[in-house]
Amino acid sequence: MELLCPAGNIPALKSAINNGADAVYIGLKDKTNARNFSGLNFTPEKLDIACNLAHQNKRKLYVAINTFAHPNSQHHWTTAADIAIDAGADALIVADLGLLDYISTRHPSTSLHLSVQASATNAAAINFYEKNFTIERVILPRVLSLQQVTHLAENCTIPIEVFAFGSLCIMSEGRCYLSSYLTGESPNTAGACSPAPYVRWIEKGDVLESRLNNVLIDSYSENENAGYPTLCKGRFDIDGTISHALEEPTSLNTLNLLPQLKRIGIVSLKIEGRQRSPAYVGQVTKVWREAIDMLNVSPDNFSVDTSWKTKLKGLSEGCQTTLGAYEREWQ
Amino acid sequence: MKFSLGPILYYWPKATVVTFYENAASSSADLIYLGETVCAKRKELLLDDYLNIAHMLREAGKQVVLSTMTLLESPADIRQLKRYCDNGDFLVEANDIGAVGLLAENRLPFVGGSALNCYNAQSLKFLLDQGMKRWVPTAEIGERWIKKLTQHPHISSVRNNYEIELFAFGQLPLAWSARCFTARSEQKPKDQCKACCINYPDGRKVNSQEGETIFVLNGIQTLSGNRYNLINEIVNLHDFIDIIRISPQSHDTLQWLDLFKKNQHGLAPQTLPNNDCNGYWHGEAGKDTSTVGTALLP
Repeated sequence: MELLCPAGNIPALKSAINNGADAVYIGLKDKTNARNFSGLNFTPEKLDIACNLAHQNKRKLYVAINTFAHPNSQHHWTTAADIAIDAGADALIVADLGLLDYISTRHPSTSLHLSVQASATNAAAINFYEKNFTIERVILPRVLSLQQVTHLAENCTIPIEVFAFGSLCIMSEGRCYLSSYLTGESPNTAGACSPAPYVRWIEKGDVLESRLNNVLIDSYSENENAGYPTLCKGRFDIDGTISHALEEPTSLNTLNLLPQLKRIGIVSLKIEGRQRSPAYVGQVTKVWREAIDMLNVSPDNFSVDTSWKTKLKGLSEGCQTTLGAYEREWQ
Repeated sequence: MKFSLGPILYYWPKATVVTFYENAASSSADLIYLGETVCAKRKELLLDDYLNIAHMLREAGKQVVLSTMTLLESPADIRQLKRYCDNGDFLVEANDIGAVGLLAENRLPFVGGSALNCYNAQSLKFLLDQGMKRWVPTAEIGERWIKKLTQHPHISSVRNNYEIELFAFGQLPLAWSARCFTARSEQKPKDQCKACCINYPDGRKVNSQEGETIFVLNGIQTLSGNRYNLINEIVNLHDFIDIIRISPQSHDTLQWLDLFKKNQHGLAPQTLPNNDCNGYWHGEAGKDTSTVGTALLP
């Protein structure tokens, strides 16, 4: 099982490599990237450097070009693909039908991974992408139970990558327009959910409000830790009851599922977090490297080390973790 | 310009659904979409029930389309999808690429629903090559985006080969999840949901702590808090939109359908009720209301 780690810049890439990532995924510094945050990501020159760094260390580098091309600037997306291929990327992570068509036609020898943003949640969808494009891997959205993931792994010929750790997107990825509903910009169109330019924190007496495009997402009393106003993790009012109506601030952590994921033949475990710091990437990578190594050495005696749990919890949103949709009770 | 009634997104009792379609049969709608698009656990009406309604509507002169599920997860979901696709009679709306695959494999024409990701001419061309005859654009793209897309040289010459149907009225579908939010709002896990969404014929409102309605919960689907309403934009749509879709609500759906028809040439503009929005159409945040389209108001 491959350990696939995120990097938003060269230091994070080094941190992932030094701590044992088998492969790293990155994106360009523009709208073609579903983690298009200011101050992060790679220019074409940095992409070259990243590729060389990964390959010198015998690791793989994947490039995510996983937003959807705008109507009059498709060339921008095809150029991004050309740049990544020229740089020597080991695979491109793509969701857009037009771009998949372009790459599989023009660059048939390029490895294509179907991005989670393509929202392929079932065998009929996966088979369709496999039949029409030269897909070598599919990344499953975080909306499936472990039983459903197992079924796909057993019934699809295409290798499967799953999310193992990091921010939990609770909606079917690539089909969530909540962000553009509030701000005009979504992961699909602008490469960011709850984009930073729309975020405001306002102090009102003892209360700290977090707002997104002026909509109140949450308000915190003095003794509470304020979080980023990700719109699906706010506290809202349903018929007079105020709660985290959709989801609490929490991170996905599948350490407990590691043996099952290996048994069903998952080829790659993805760590979310291209927007995170090099230190975060390093710490998370280190834990997962240790866990995978232990599983490989003694698959029958694997148990989750308490220190791994503690470390990951400390690095999680709201200092709590969940198995998310993998576990039926969460749903 | 034609007018359609989209699939009922909410979970209504069978008798309510049957009455709705009996009234729809004598309404001014040209096309009617039927079927469960949100949750496989909703079983008030089964495919056979929808087919009975479909035949009744066709006899009343309506074009009927069977609309399919958006989030397909289990093998049972796919078996049910196959039954819809193999109905042998009615056109199917594909709301997931899995449905596109099944329909294309059988060389069946289809309607491409708004949850398919089609943001550019190359993607549209690809879907047309698969057999798409009608395209319902994604909620978040507006007038300028759709015009640029359809007028792109890659696709402009085949504009007569397909229709464009615009979601123009109703709470907008914005997201789908593994989690059932309506069940969560009643502190129930999804496996013990008891289909409680049937108690919320217009979904369940999610307000900010300041009382602004942000979203509406509809089972695993999240809808817009504000109601999308392009009634005043309709006069400018004739040259590039073929069909106007009205999404059924528990009240006044057919009245709104008539109001849209009445205003198709701008003769009966409406003052938008509070909590109606049109932002997406004008390239703004979806929840916003632009006054651009209301210039014709007296």
